[in-house]
Amino acid sequence: MAGFSLRPCGDFRTTYRQDTRIFDTTYIRNAAILGIFAVAMIPFVLDGYYVNLFIQISYFAIAALGLNILVGFTGQISLGHAAFFGFGAFASAWINNTTGIPVLLSIPLAGLMTAAVGMLFGLPAARIKGLYLAIATLAAQFILEDFFARAEWFTGGSYGAAANPINVFGYEIYDDFSFFYVALFFLVVMYLLGTNLMRTRDGRAFVAVRDHYLSAEIMGINLTKYRLMSFAISSFYAGVGGAMYGHYLGFVSAEGFTILLSIQFLGMIIIGGLGSVKGTLMGTVFMVLLPEVMESGVSALSVFEWASSTAVTDGLAYIKEMAIGLAIILFLIFEPDGLAHRWQQIRAYWKLYPFSY
Amino acid sequence: MTSQSPILEISDVSLVFGGVRALSDVSFSVQPGELFSIIGPNGAGKTSMLNCVSGRYTPTMGSVSFKGQDVTGLKPNDRAELGIGRTFQNLALFGHMNVLDNIMVGRHHLLKNNFVNGPLYWFGGAQKEELEHRRFCEDVIDFLEISHIRKATAGTLSYGLRKRVELARAVALRPDLILLDEPMAGMNLEEKEDMARFIIDLNEEWGMTVVMIEHDMGVVMDISNRVMVLDFGRKIAEGLPDDVMANKHVKKAYLGEEDDDSDEDEQVA
Repeated sequence: MAGFSLRPCGDFRTTYRQDTRIFDTTYIRNAAILGIFAVAMIPFVLDGYYVNLFIQISYFAIAALGLNILVGFTGQISLGHAAFFGFGAFASAWINNTTGIPVLLSIPLAGLMTAAVGMLFGLPAARIKGLYLAIATLAAQFILEDFFARAEWFTGGSYGAAANPINVFGYEIYDDFSFFYVALFFLVVMYLLGTNLMRTRDGRAFVAVRDHYLSAEIMGINLTKYRLMSFAISSFYAGVGGAMYGHYLGFVSAEGFTILLSIQFLGMIIIGGLGSVKGTLMGTVFMVLLPEVMESGVSALSVFEWASSTAVTDGLAYIKEMAIGLAIILFLIFEPDGLAHRWQQIRAYWKLYPFSY
Repeated sequence: MTSQSPILEISDVSLVFGGVRALSDVSFSVQPGELFSIIGPNGAGKTSMLNCVSGRYTPTMGSVSFKGQDVTGLKPNDRAELGIGRTFQNLALFGHMNVLDNIMVGRHHLLKNNFVNGPLYWFGGAQKEELEHRRFCEDVIDFLEISHIRKATAGTLSYGLRKRVELARAVALRPDLILLDEPMAGMNLEEKEDMARFIIDLNEEWGMTVVMIEHDMGVVMDISNRVMVLDFGRKIAEGLPDDVMANKHVKKAYLGEEDDDSDEDEQVA
């Protein structure tokens, strides 16, 4: 039968509702819920280092999902995602500092503001595609970076902006331990929203625009509207992720949002899998953990006599940087569809074992 | 049939690309419920004509009106909302989507959920709406006999099946006028028979007006109510299939100058 399924034998769907569920089987759904609970246990079990890593993963993953909606699902390229991420961070701090709107509200508001800015910079997308659009978004990156440095009323200029900690019902969240749960909450909610978006009308329209824009238009999809909307939604996610980042660090400075971060976002979604929601999360985890794993690998080497000379330790520090580049190249060669696809294949392998198909 | 006002009226449409006149002063009208075929040699301007109707091209001169409304300047997506659906000569499916999603895209303009209540799925009524439209799509899938591939990725299907999925996608629009650009090109006899049956059913049971470009003269003559012949961007004949077949201009266009031989095979394709 065409349309290979990973469902176990005898698991038949009898209603359309069953057939449109997010998870293939109830087993997987339960495993995912259990997984979330397991992750929620992290602060109790592991030390602060891992909690910090998880928080990093969560705000990057939210922003990366936005980029994947734009690049992976709608097929438009953006090299300015870090600028939108930064704009969200400044916007949330600014909203909270000037109007006193609670941080928990100012984060989505900052997302909306970033969406508006993203739409503005997405306007060229109505006309241009591919490499040309990449250059146009590159302009967004540099314009916004310049804006961060100059607009003192908004960003505090070169001094940066202070971002208040999140305040939940009068309880201020200063430490990683409690911020962890805020991050987890946002991560789960944003990923659920993203998943739902992709299985409803506008999500399908995005993919239609990507796969064949001419016939998408014939099917009644307004190309300009959807290209812009994709930029807006992508920036919204970037804004929310950036706002979380700002309030987590307590301080936002213009230096952090360079094109390097934009490229890293692209790396996350390419490694994870373009056009895959769960792949985005996998790619982010990979990109955040890779330097850490390399770091611990390097320090593990230091037990050897030869590795403790300065020449070697200096070289090993660079290996960490190079590993990221190498990882992207290797993924492009061996797994262009990303970790999500690899995961699918691993599942298929176990399902079909000992046969190959 | 002639007493009704035409569903599609093309008046003096010309289409010029630089120095090339793809269409010159073509006029015709299609009555509601008709199965109208456009034939002609390669490069005659058939697909250009269809593109003018679906909105891909805007005619250089002349006008296109649909259900009495002038749609000449409308964009393709607006025309889709008015009720014009089409399939393409070269397949234009959304290759990475599964068949079901491809067909659901056809419901785009009929669905109401958007980027706000779509993500809220369970709370904003989006789920209910999606499932209702899924039901309709399943009817289309049932009708076109593609239920076994509904979860297959469109890009992995065989040519004949892709053609069928494309038809399904256009039908899901629930258009009043459906434009079919060579629905049977590259098919084997069995697939052609199926496709002809689908087209007749669409026309008679689903009540869609069909405008079709097709090279298989056997099919065209069998199922069309009326036929128009284009040659080098000009309309050279229009009328009942048999009349068109007997027209000496048509014979000339297809077979060349020697048109006095009366017993020649008319199965030209």
